[in-house]
Amino acid sequence: MNPVYYLYLAALLFTIGATGVLIRRNAIVVFMCVELMLNACNLAFVAFSRLHGNLDGQIIAFFTMVVAAAEVVVGLAIIVSLFRSRHSASVDDASLMKL
Amino acid sequence: MSFPLLTATAALPAVGAVATAAVPAAKRTAAKWLALLVSLATLVLAGLVLARFEPGGDRYQLTESHSWIKAFGVRYELGVDGIAVALLALTALLIPFVILAGWHDADPLETNSSRWRPTQGFFALILAVEAMVILSFEATDVFLFYILFEAMLIPMYFLIGGFGDRAHAGSDEKAAAQRSYAAVKFLLYNLVGGLIMLAAVIGLYVVAGNFSLQEIAQARADGSLSMATGTERWLFLGFFFAFAVKAPLWPLHTWLPNAMGEATAPVAVLITAVVDKVGTFAMLRFCLQLFPGASRWATPVIMVLALISIVYGALLAVGQRDIKRLVAYASISHFGFIILGIFAMTSQGQSGATLYMVNHGISTAALMLVAGFLISRRGSRLIADYGGVQKVAPVLAGTFLVGGLATLSLPGLAPFISEFLVLVGTFTRYPVLGVIATFGIVLAALYTLVLYQRTMTGPVKAEVSAMPDLKVRELVVVAPLIALLIFLGVYPKPLTNIVNPAVQHTMSDVQKKDPKPAVEAAQ
Amino acid sequence: MQNLIALLVAAPLLGAAVLLCGGRRLDRSGHLIGTLLAAVSFVIGVVLFSDLLGRGADDRTLNQHLFSWVPVGGFRADIAFQLDQLSMTFVLLISGVGTLIHIYSIGYMEHDERRRRFFGYLNLFLAAMLLLVLADNYLLLYVGWEGVGLASYLLIGFWQHKPSAATAAKKAFLVNRVGDLGLSIAIMLMFTTFGTFAFGPVLHSVGDAGEGRLTAIGLMLLLAACGKSAQVPLQSWLGDAMEGPTPVSALIHAATMVTAGVYLITRSGALFNAAPTAQLAVTVVGAVTLLFGAIVGCAKDDIKKALAGSTMSQIGYMVLAAGLGPIGYVFAIMHLVTHGFFKAGLFLGAGSVMHGMNDEVDMRRYGGLRKHMPVTFVTFGLGYLAIIGFPGLSGFFSKDKIIEAAFAKGGTEGWVLGGAALLGAAITAYYMTRVMIMTFFGAERWRNAATTSPDEPSAEPAAEHRGEHAEPHPHESPRSMTIPMIVLAFGSVFAGAFFGIGDRFLRWLEPVTGHQEGNSPVGAATVTIATMVLLVVGAGIAYLQYGRRPVPAVAPRGSLLTRAARRDLLQDDFNHVVLVRGGEHLTRSLVYVDHTLVDGVVNGTAASFGGLSGRLRRLQNGYARSYAVSMFGGAALIVAATLLMRAV
Repeated sequence: MNPVYYLYLAALLFTIGATGVLIRRNAIVVFMCVELMLNACNLAFVAFSRLHGNLDGQIIAFFTMVVAAAEVVVGLAIIVSLFRSRHSASVDDASLMKL
Repeated sequence: MSFPLLTATAALPAVGAVATAAVPAAKRTAAKWLALLVSLATLVLAGLVLARFEPGGDRYQLTESHSWIKAFGVRYELGVDGIAVALLALTALLIPFVILAGWHDADPLETNSSRWRPTQGFFALILAVEAMVILSFEATDVFLFYILFEAMLIPMYFLIGGFGDRAHAGSDEKAAAQRSYAAVKFLLYNLVGGLIMLAAVIGLYVVAGNFSLQEIAQARADGSLSMATGTERWLFLGFFFAFAVKAPLWPLHTWLPNAMGEATAPVAVLITAVVDKVGTFAMLRFCLQLFPGASRWATPVIMVLALISIVYGALLAVGQRDIKRLVAYASISHFGFIILGIFAMTSQGQSGATLYMVNHGISTAALMLVAGFLISRRGSRLIADYGGVQKVAPVLAGTFLVGGLATLSLPGLAPFISEFLVLVGTFTRYPVLGVIATFGIVLAALYTLVLYQRTMTGPVKAEVSAMPDLKVRELVVVAPLIALLIFLGVYPKPLTNIVNPAVQHTMSDVQKKDPKPAVEAAQ
Repeated sequence: MQNLIALLVAAPLLGAAVLLCGGRRLDRSGHLIGTLLAAVSFVIGVVLFSDLLGRGADDRTLNQHLFSWVPVGGFRADIAFQLDQLSMTFVLLISGVGTLIHIYSIGYMEHDERRRRFFGYLNLFLAAMLLLVLADNYLLLYVGWEGVGLASYLLIGFWQHKPSAATAAKKAFLVNRVGDLGLSIAIMLMFTTFGTFAFGPVLHSVGDAGEGRLTAIGLMLLLAACGKSAQVPLQSWLGDAMEGPTPVSALIHAATMVTAGVYLITRSGALFNAAPTAQLAVTVVGAVTLLFGAIVGCAKDDIKKALAGSTMSQIGYMVLAAGLGPIGYVFAIMHLVTHGFFKAGLFLGAGSVMHGMNDEVDMRRYGGLRKHMPVTFVTFGLGYLAIIGFPGLSGFFSKDKIIEAAFAKGGTEGWVLGGAALLGAAITAYYMTRVMIMTFFGAERWRNAATTSPDEPSAEPAAEHRGEHAEPHPHESPRSMTIPMIVLAFGSVFAGAFFGIGDRFLRWLEPVTGHQEGNSPVGAATVTIATMVLLVVGAGIAYLQYGRRPVPAVAPRGSLLTRAARRDLLQDDFNHVVLVRGGEHLTRSLVYVDHTLVDGVVNGTAASFGGLSGRLRRLQNGYARSYAVSMFGGAALIVAATLLMRAV
């Protein structure tokens, strides 16, 4: 199969993710959309790796996964504490850099 | 490799600052003693630097050089010439007195302990300023100097904004607002100056390819590094602007009265006697050495501005109602003299200017610290609130008078020599400017004596009638300063011996020679 | 022997240091220490004097070099002394009269709680004054010059709790500073002209310099002399300086410090000789001041201020003589010395009168005191006869010579200057007779009147300790005060004859100052006779006005000139309107300008940046999604730009 199709898919996923980040208010959903964008990137990396015939892209993809995992840890913690203090998970409620 | 004395002199107060800051909150007194001891130890190290320094030797001595940021050719390069040694000694000398004079300035207010101001921070910040100022006198790398020049703004900002005068304890809100205004003004003026200097520093790197003062100056001197006239002038202006803000030179002076007025007396001394000296020092070291041609080009304008500073500062001092602001304007007038001396480009002028920096530091410290003691007793900075203090506190009045007489450059006290040298140095090249500047001595007498008359003489005012005389701690602060003023007024040779060779170097940098007397010239 | 010179200065300097730093424990012995050290200085002076006398006339210069003071490039100033006949004369006068006045002050200041400090200041003055006359270069002279100014400032304002004293002290210092301006510029000019400012090199190489420069230096030195010696136009401080204790007026503002200007001009004689224009200016200043001071002296009712006017006038004579050049230098110094005796004596007499009169200074409340204070009367009377130039007494010899020398200047100038000097002699006789009669003769106007109104602070606050505001009981002063007066009276009588007969003083001083006889258009005898006639006329008018008629207790309105003279011929009013008011307006407007304009321009720039940043701040609304939009937008732009670039 032509690897370019994977790239189209990645672009599509990325756009969906980006749109979600921009328009959704719920922090959890925003968060999931960020994950979607990261995975879209991973897909693109792997596709490029295949396309160019070397392993660089696949290695980067692993890195991205590690970063994504770390991000999940920190991000979820922030969301939880935000929810605790404001009783809402809406990102617009957290518009000031203080509680 | 020999012991890195210069680094040690700067590192000791830096380490001391950290240690002082780390003293637990309850042990305030211990923190004070620690800071005092560190400053005294620094003084000892400065004395060692002074002792090791050979007046007739190399231009830069006790040099240290280490690689720092290789990519940009930034090096950690230290070295002192006579001018730097003199100012380094002055700084190390004044800090113990500043600490001792401010012994109670940062104590918590008992009535309002929720707004307790951390004592440790106050003394740590003073030591931090000392470390940076000393290192900036030692730095012979332009980039290193620039970093210190900017970094010392941070502790100064907190010292001005964070620790106000007890005089205003009554009206805290308003005083705090004024204080933070003064601190922000200080920061903004100096930051703008610093940013322009940063541009010039980068420009210098583009032109010269490294930051080493000695290498660039050498290359400038032997002609291997030539700059286009326009480039040199722009770079000169960039540097000079920053130094003129810090010095401060008219019309960039307005931050000084605010800062000195709102800060406590010891911090005011720190500003005018120590930190501002970096500005005038840097004019001598960087402007003249790196850009001799541009310096000569800009001289007429700078001389006129300095002259305006002298007369204008003195006139405004006469019109002040606030003791500390009066001293601030007097300082502006004195900085005018210093800059006049530097750009007169005669050996008398430049030696005089260097001596002036030292003497002005000591005399202003004496006057300002006594004024601080006075203010702390009455709780007011307004001249009109005093009267007849001489009768109730004769020692305080006497020391205040000596400080004032030093400010008006009475012969026999140290500032006279430097002021006269500056005037002579200016006069030999620019007679008219010299004569106008001489009028400054009449104005200086006017503002000093008016201040003394209004505060110290006349009938005793009811509010000051119970004023105690100087305590032992305060006498310990003032007496050595006065002794030093008299000693350097009678026997300034140790200082001139150190400064003269350095000035000769600077004079040859700018390719100027002293004018010959008319009689010799005629022959 | 020359190593003793530094001790002359060091002794009183030590005294000042000890007394001022010594604290309260010296309160009981301070005055003795001060007097002793002044006497030490005098004794050393006498020793050095006898040494000089033992040498040949051309070998009477001693030098002592202590150390190099300010060496910077070609600029060299040393702490070094030079003692020659001129300095020696001054040393003896200063330390001699100074010691006497120290002794006098022991009694005079007995009740003042700050007596120790007073003696400290007096010693400081002696040290500075001796430094002034012993320095071997102009810069060191400048140190002494300002040092005496400082001592004068401290002593005029000694009773600082009186606002008038504090103001007078400040005024004296400020006016003197204007004079110092002249000295500073003169030294700078010397440095640019000769490359040095030591007496020897400067005065020897005068011939190499252009006359224009020499004239400038001379005029600047004249300005300095005007400030220190209270010459027109810088004379206004001297009258106010009488706020100080009377011994101070006697020592500083009559006998020694105010004559420093004459010393300066005489010392720089070689320079003035080569600058005739400057010399002319000196004579004009002298002549104007001698008349000015005399006129002011006629109108004052305050005994000290009348004497101050007289001092001004007598120094005018000296300055006039010094301006005449080699024909006058010797006589200027001679008059200076005799004046030192009789004027100090007169002031001490005035102090003694005030001491007995509850510190009343208004002569209209004196009268008939000769019976109550016989010693004061006799000594004051001798001083009076000496100052008006009574034949045989000191003033006769010295003043007569100056008048002769003024005529000998020759030409129209000679006639004008000589005429002024003659007229001055007549006025001197008038105002001194007036003082004499109002104080010691006539009705006892102090009876039935409290001398000092209680609501007004007494001029000499020591009175408060004596606790009197009632009718005074004039009494003779204690021995410590009368003895100095007697000694000075002795000098007032005999010094002139001793100096003048056989030209002793002339031969002593000639090697330093040079001397030449002028060719006077009028004979010496004619001048003497004219002086005598005018003296009798002046004294006679005063006798008719004040001796034959009762003196009103309140001053009559008087003529326009009298009223102007009471106000120091409106000099103060002029100063006030032009300098003080003008200065106040200038500083006030500058404060305003600094606050609004200078600060405003810079702050305005800052404010415009502030406005800009205010706009930019709106973008920072805190909504994470709007930041995200801008990020995506930015990224998209960059990608688009990259693609476009590649496409192109």
